[in-house]
Amino acid sequence: MNGLLESLWTHFDVTVAILLFGIGFTTLLLHQNLIKKIIGLNIMDTAVFLFLTTQGFITDRSAPILKEGAEAAAGYVNPIPSGLVLTGIVVSVSVTAVMLSLTIRLFRRYHTLEIDSMTLMMKGEGD
Amino acid sequence: MQLVQNVPFFSIMLSMIAAFVSPMLGRRAAKWLSVGLAGAVVCLHIWFLPFMAGFEGSYTYMMGHYPAPWGNELRAGLLEAVVALALSAVMLLSELSGMNKLQRQIDPQKQVFFYVMCDLVLAGMLALIYTNDLFTAYVFIEILALSSCALMMARQVGHTMVASMRYMIMSLLGSGLILIAICLTYNLTGHLLMENIHDVIAVYARDGEYALPITVIIGLFIAGIAIKCGVFPFHMWLPDAYGYSTSAASAVLSSVVSKSYFFLLVKIFYRVIGIDVIMSDMALNLMLVLGVLSMILGSIGAIRCLDIRRMVAYSSVSQIGYLFAWVGLGSTIGVAAAMFHLVVHALCKSMLFLSVSPLCDASGDSKRFEDLRGAGYRYVIPGLAFSIGAMSLVGIPILGGFFSKIFFAEAALFGTRWIRVALLASLALSTLLNAFYFMHTVLTLYRKPKDNFVFQPFQKSRLTTATLSAFGIINLFIGFFAKDIIRFITTGIENLA
Repeated sequence: MNGLLESLWTHFDVTVAILLFGIGFTTLLLHQNLIKKIIGLNIMDTAVFLFLTTQGFITDRSAPILKEGAEAAAGYVNPIPSGLVLTGIVVSVSVTAVMLSLTIRLFRRYHTLEIDSMTLMMKGEGD
Repeated sequence: MQLVQNVPFFSIMLSMIAAFVSPMLGRRAAKWLSVGLAGAVVCLHIWFLPFMAGFEGSYTYMMGHYPAPWGNELRAGLLEAVVALALSAVMLLSELSGMNKLQRQIDPQKQVFFYVMCDLVLAGMLALIYTNDLFTAYVFIEILALSSCALMMARQVGHTMVASMRYMIMSLLGSGLILIAICLTYNLTGHLLMENIHDVIAVYARDGEYALPITVIIGLFIAGIAIKCGVFPFHMWLPDAYGYSTSAASAVLSSVVSKSYFFLLVKIFYRVIGIDVIMSDMALNLMLVLGVLSMILGSIGAIRCLDIRRMVAYSSVSQIGYLFAWVGLGSTIGVAAAMFHLVVHALCKSMLFLSVSPLCDASGDSKRFEDLRGAGYRYVIPGLAFSIGAMSLVGIPILGGFFSKIFFAEAALFGTRWIRVALLASLALSTLLNAFYFMHTVLTLYRKPKDNFVFQPFQKSRLTTATLSAFGIINLFIGFFAKDIIRFITTGIENLA
């Protein structure tokens, strides 16, 4: 038990990322309200980005931007995870935009944000 | 290096350029650009396939001037060529055949964007098939998810909008899981190119290191792709999405989008993790269980439908289940059977979706079985096309579906005792259920209309009739080439490893 706690503490960044992912995942899956679902999605994405960034980070090294006098790769953190995170952020922003615009459309049509009541109304309207 | 080896790169680039140019064009220009693009990709692959059939093994294609551990790569082999040809042919025929219906169902100003999304789906499909880089695959997974969502909701009715919301939610959960799997893979191996990861994981597997993380990675990939394909417990969005969007969109979604995700999964198994590691891993059982559940419960869902398009949509759930179950079997012949069925099912299912919509037009725009009686006489070619597709999926001899069923049964014999029994039993049960709902539908199409049926005149479209005839002929004769296709696929799978 102590060993588990200790390893959770040494990797506390990963622990936080996993907790955040869990919070986001359950919010996205279980909440009825579309806006809350979108918030959950964003929390989930942030958790993944946090996880990725911390994996690329190496203590006592600087950001991967070339400085004068320090050309050796050993002076810098791994740049690839940061690059992946940037791509991920772009994807996440565009997905959020699409979800929000869909939410606006659905709200205009059904005057609610609850997905279950939308489904009920949808079943009533036939084709 | 020969010119023909550029085909994978050219087809992806052409699709991206077309998607970029289309929004600036008018409605008609964008439409014909998109159709021309799909046609060009099909022609390029007709040129490419014989070359790959004569080519020993496979080759990688460097993008830009950065060599292996840094740059981005494409990789082409025989299997990729076969699948890309089949799926791009489906894309071309779907766009042509659904064109008239689409013009009536979609707001004229939005039609340009429908074709932009078609181009993007084509680009995403080709990129997922040919990419040799895990992160490129992730980016194109997201591109496919967004563009297929847009295709789905192009016809704006309540059903499609709620369905596309549900689809987005499920799809994002799936991409989240895939992204984590990619992160873990990168952590473990320090690479993103498939070959390099494969080498590192092979060393780990030999030394027995990191067994648990590798199992978790495989499980995450399987779960992510299963959510995206709409396998049984994750299929809630699927019937509405396929059942209410315009017919071209349903055909593309069911036959191109979900098949490319599935192909990517197989590619990850062979090229990233390594098939020996996969086959000895217990995470594969997850795939088997999901597949078997999906096969049976998807068919039961289809039987309960009163609406022909929802029925065809549910049947997709059950057919994707076959693919999952037989890859989950964990033998090369199982994967070959699944790949053959992927091609057959892509050609069949898109034809079913596309022939249903004119049949509904011929029945006063109704999708209910009671109104569809006699529709096969009112509109002959779509009726015949539907019957051919339905018979093929049931497994009537000489049609493509018959060979995939035989191949499935043969592959199941290679499993361990319990798996063999379970797979053969579920194959038999699912075929029985398939036969029940498909034959019931075909008979309905040729029954006497009900007494109070009022015939409403409808417009027949020559384009739809012509493309459905072409589709019917392809599906009718694919059985005759089954041997060659299976040979191509088996060689392709050998080259994949």
